Amino acid sequence: MVAEIGQFVLILALVTACFQGALPLIGAARENRPLMRFGDNAAFVQFAAISGAFACLTIGYVTSDFSILNVVNNSHSLKPMLYKISGVWGNHEGSLLLWSWILALFGMAVAFFGRNLPDSLKARVLAIQGLIGVGFLMFILFTSNPFERISPAPLDGNGLNPLLQDPGLAFHPPFLYLGYVGLSITFSFAIAALIEGRVDPAWARWVRPWTLAAWGFLTIGIALGSWWAYYELGWGGWWFWDPVENASFMPWLAATALLHSAIVVEKRDALKNWTILLAIIAFSLSLLGTFLVRSGVLNSVHAFASDPARGVFILIFLIFVIGGSLLLYGIRAPKMKGGGLFAPISREGSLVLNNLLLSTITATVLLGTLYPIFLDAFTGAKVSVGPPYFNATFLPLALPLVVAMAFGPFLAWKRGDLAGIVSRLKFALFAALAFSGFLWWWQTGTPVMALLGMGLFAWLLVGSVLEWAERIKLFRGPLANSWKRMIQLPRSAHGMTVAHIGVALVILGITASEAWQSEHLGVMRPGETVTVGGYDFRFDGAEAITGPNYDAIQGTFLAYKGDNKGVYLYPEQRRYTDPPMETTEAAIRPMLSADLYTVIGEADGDGGYAVRIYHKPFISWIWIGAFVMFAGGALSLSDRRLRLGAPGRAKRASAVSSAPSEAKG
Amino acid sequence: MTRKKRRLYFVLAGMIVLSIAAALVLMSFQDSLVFFRSPSDLVEKPISPGRNFRLGGLVEEGSIDSQGVTHRFRVTDLNETVPVTFDGLLPDLFREGQGVVAEGSLTEEGLFVATNVLAKHDENYMPPEVAEALKKSGQWKPEGSD
Repeated sequence: MVAEIGQFVLILALVTACFQGALPLIGAARENRPLMRFGDNAAFVQFAAISGAFACLTIGYVTSDFSILNVVNNSHSLKPMLYKISGVWGNHEGSLLLWSWILALFGMAVAFFGRNLPDSLKARVLAIQGLIGVGFLMFILFTSNPFERISPAPLDGNGLNPLLQDPGLAFHPPFLYLGYVGLSITFSFAIAALIEGRVDPAWARWVRPWTLAAWGFLTIGIALGSWWAYYELGWGGWWFWDPVENASFMPWLAATALLHSAIVVEKRDALKNWTILLAIIAFSLSLLGTFLVRSGVLNSVHAFASDPARGVFILIFLIFVIGGSLLLYGIRAPKMKGGGLFAPISREGSLVLNNLLLSTITATVLLGTLYPIFLDAFTGAKVSVGPPYFNATFLPLALPLVVAMAFGPFLAWKRGDLAGIVSRLKFALFAALAFSGFLWWWQTGTPVMALLGMGLFAWLLVGSVLEWAERIKLFRGPLANSWKRMIQLPRSAHGMTVAHIGVALVILGITASEAWQSEHLGVMRPGETVTVGGYDFRFDGAEAITGPNYDAIQGTFLAYKGDNKGVYLYPEQRRYTDPPMETTEAAIRPMLSADLYTVIGEADGDGGYAVRIYHKPFISWIWIGAFVMFAGGALSLSDRRLRLGAPGRAKRASAVSSAPSEAKG
Repeated sequence: MTRKKRRLYFVLAGMIVLSIAAALVLMSFQDSLVFFRSPSDLVEKPISPGRNFRLGGLVEEGSIDSQGVTHRFRVTDLNETVPVTFDGLLPDLFREGQGVVAEGSLTEEGLFVATNVLAKHDENYMPPEVAEALKKSGQWKPEGSD
């Protein structure tokens, strides 16, 4: 019964989405208020309907209803409750349902929070959201129905891939989707603006919170994914430039660019066409990412069984959305008027540089990700593009980006004074050189790249703090004065500093863990001790244990330094029964200074076990940094100006001239 | 600063960055393309020693010989075989008779030194490249289609 209700409300959602995609557009064209207003109600109904469908599928999972094919394929009655629930979106059909649900949720949020949007703009935005919803709901209903029944119902399900039975991965897809779908809102705003033929600072102000939220969720989603890869795959790596990772990284890069270019539109009314184009590209990359991962074009844990009907639908949908929006852009964009002028050395100029580099990086990643697919399609040759390509293109382009990150915020709008900034940044330069120099002296034989990375970390960290100190005039007058300035500084400015510091911390984590990692690989017998990275690891043996739905060999290590008590680590080699599969569970002791990482492998039949031990300095800072970036985004999102909603277009014009303090924000 | 002049600056900056990127791509692309070869492919289209590629096929029955963390085995597509050596922990589900993809390079003597052995993700999963290579060599028996 639950499945039938789910199916029914899903059809209801599709019908609603069709109307939501058509009526408000007509209403906006004819300036018919009731038709425009229809979008609001439709967004609510669509959300309610998809929520119903999602609830039905969840009930099916929680109650282990094995008459539903989807539950049979992805769940098992013995599975822990958390993974029964995460199993709802841990498969192709369910993940698409989650996508549509978030899409409807955000659509409703626009309807709800967008009270101060002009009627026509809001109607068009909701209509575009509706049209995207139509695409997804049709895809679900016609090719990937999660409510399909199976008869006779089997006694138990096939279980969820044990690699996916993990808290990190349970929440990785929802966060990524929040990010992907968040970009659909900026996309809808961009298309609506193209239809209206008008982009102005007010538009940028409406778009910014959505971009920020999407960017923040993507950051967290990607961080969770890499954290999962780090501790679950047992290779000690955290980023493999795997196509699946790139699929989420590209929208993030585009969203980062968009975030920065939207500032120029907001503050200076310039770069409008470019920002619109970026919004289209960012969402297109989100769609591409979702489908690349879910369609089985790329083979990985994420790829679920694919059938040709899906592939064709996906291709048509992508062509329709990307092609259609770019066509609209081509027709309408040239008619939009350019905004304020600025010198190459200026805040705008630095943001243009940021965008140039970020979009070039996106393009090189896209090339490396898609090339194997095209080559396979056209010549049948199987190749993969490995990490060397990505490292060779990403690092040289990211380097100037980080250098410029410290400069940019110092520059004034319109025309900056480079010489003055160099003198203000000389302390950051000194810090970078001194830090690298110290490391070179202290750790002889450090690779040049590592010194460069650590230098960049110091440069960006000190540069960001200096800029923040400058804004609040720290140490340039009474402290109370600085305090007052700090309180008055818009939260978006604090947010930028925090997010940039987050980037610096990520650079620290990556560089240090790559450059100073130590590793031991070998057979160890109980009682043996090895020294890795200054820690002694004593192997105390291994024993068989039984978990809720697996058996395992569990090793015991004692890691200690000098005389202190040390910590025990228990890596496991698990064998799941449903589905039958083995996984490696690394045991990790995360610390701020380093992670201790142990893996146990096969027994050698002679009392010894193959083991791998890593000492990874500062690696936690990669995820701490990502979280700091997210916190910066959240801080910026909580900015009063955004929280109160954007003031009306007319009101805003006067607000700008009366608020010179914003000129640097 | 006129609009025209600004556009010129943009275009120039864009072209500089893009040409740097293009140069980086061209320089690294050829070397970082990792080809996939089955043992039979390798006979037809040899890959020079030292160059990285991915070797896929089945782990030959009875070929695994492990000394501590050094593993030797042979990869076969049931027509040709290639000897492989690998230092490290073999992935979960590495089994004789099962599909495997190893990344590494050949020595002058024709020994494949693997830097990474890719796991299948579950009992029924066959890397698509391996499935295709087996189909080509006429040795494909539909496994995991049940």
